Amino acid sequence: MSDIILRGRVHKYGSNVNTDEIIPARWLNTTDPVILAQHCMEDIDKDFIENVKPKDIIVAENNFGCGSSREHAPLAIKAAGISAIIANSFARIFFRNAINIGLPILESPEAVKAIKNGDIVEINLNKGIINNTVTHKIYQSHSFPEFMQKIIKTGGLLEYIKK
Amino acid sequence: MESTITEKILAAHCGKKIVEPGEFIEPKVDISLLNDVTAPLAIKEFEKTKDGKVFDKNKIVLVMDHFTPNKDILSAEHVKLVREFSKKQKVKHYYEGGNAGVEHALLPEKGIVCPGDVVVGADSHTCTYGALGAFATGVGSTDIAAAMVTGKVWFKVPNSIKFVLTGKLNKWVSGKDIILYIIGLIGVDGALYSSMEFDGPVCKKLTMADRFTIANMAVEAGGKNGIFTPDEITEKYVSKRAQRRYKFYKSDKNCRYLKIIEVDCSKISLQVATPFLPSNTKAVVDIKRTYINQVVIGSCTNGRIEDLRIAAAIIKKGKKVNPNVRTLIIPATPKVYSEALEEGLLKIFVDAGAIVSAPTCGPCLGGHMGILASGEKCVSTTNRNFVGRMGHVESQLFLANPAVAAASAIKGYITIPDEI
Repeated sequence: MSDIILRGRVHKYGSNVNTDEIIPARWLNTTDPVILAQHCMEDIDKDFIENVKPKDIIVAENNFGCGSSREHAPLAIKAAGISAIIANSFARIFFRNAINIGLPILESPEAVKAIKNGDIVEINLNKGIINNTVTHKIYQSHSFPEFMQKIIKTGGLLEYIKK
Repeated sequence: MESTITEKILAAHCGKKIVEPGEFIEPKVDISLLNDVTAPLAIKEFEKTKDGKVFDKNKIVLVMDHFTPNKDILSAEHVKLVREFSKKQKVKHYYEGGNAGVEHALLPEKGIVCPGDVVVGADSHTCTYGALGAFATGVGSTDIAAAMVTGKVWFKVPNSIKFVLTGKLNKWVSGKDIILYIIGLIGVDGALYSSMEFDGPVCKKLTMADRFTIANMAVEAGGKNGIFTPDEITEKYVSKRAQRRYKFYKSDKNCRYLKIIEVDCSKISLQVATPFLPSNTKAVVDIKRTYINQVVIGSCTNGRIEDLRIAAAIIKKGKKVNPNVRTLIIPATPKVYSEALEEGLLKIFVDAGAIVSAPTCGPCLGGHMGILASGEKCVSTTNRNFVGRMGHVESQLFLANPAVAAASAIKGYITIPDEI
């Protein structure tokens, strides 16, 4: 299998972006990813939905996705077109939800520190390499255990279990 | 090798002698929990599987508590979907309407979760059951969909942080103040991925209600689980409730901890978490005068009978809540409601001008039954005060214990019970 390369423009956020901000509970009366995406990040960045383009990348500091267990949060982000999230750290339920629904996430404090809002970043998902195409700086993130990589590649946990 | 209580429970559920922090495991799950917000997604995922049968209809719990009584048509459709699923799968534990209560108050009360269990729930506050000496943690809907198929869930064995609670509790100081104080100390990611084990002389005296409140908010420090060593107080609580056989585990004397943090509880005064993080904790007496528009006393954190008794003791007969403060009292379960009715607490609340609601998570997550307008401020006994958590993005939420909430409802600003 050839390496998966993701390339997109960065939307950068700070620490403790929580699931109430990613998708407020007032929209949890639906599970439709298209509707969820229309309200993604609206309580932290009301322009996000206007600005986001397919394949874009979210970069954030510590504890991204803290708070509720709502899987609607990574679903909304994925459906909004985001191809990957890079952060210093992820809250643990968000971490497993993202993997379970096949949304790539990477941890790299060095990359987070250096990457600026609007930079174009390229990620080699298999190798965990992050390339800031604006500064030409390369960062290596930790690689995930093989079974997590397989879950992401097959498109989610249920697909993985079926195999 | 010496193991922590969390490691022992996890090992026992994988058929292993020991498990070590960092190890990936797939333990068997005793109870998988879903609510009306997280169940529809899980059912959608579950239905992708071929044979479409749950692995064990007795080990799945569905509680319709978040947007219930159904707040709108979409929510009603969700509950209908879950109800039909539960009928088709003959799920033993389905709770709706007058049988439903806030899940993390309901499950221990009914003895559905027991000491020594591995419990997973598609709700972050599933960690509440650690108060019983169970390993309990929040996961996502897809995790539960998978657990409904296989009876298992994937985990990384967490490191453990031990909190040794010493000293003597000050007047009105409760489990809520202890956990808010700890979150303030270590931050909202201070225990990220770790198990928070509560120990020390203060723990041995804490009521089950206080233990539930403390374990409940472990997730607000990023913890995977919060856990207490079961003892006589646990035994007294579970022996008359447990629907299954249960087992008490305890940590070995010399087991490894990532950190051991001593907390002198004598230094803890009444706490309030100011907007917009549960870690923004301060002593109530140290904050400047803050007028409020709403008080909420309820939730999986502080909606138990003990909490309502405290609130009623402050509001008492003859007192009125401040006319500027909508005061919502939400008994967490039908049983709590019934007990509060029998004890005359609900009459005290209603006569004081408070609103008594049916059991629901409602306002805690900004669902319904008490949403805030822009600029409004609320003192709540719930667990999160994020931006927009209870309504408008420009509303503000202050987290406190039921005594502080009740006192603030009377005064109209955030204050301590001794002011009443």
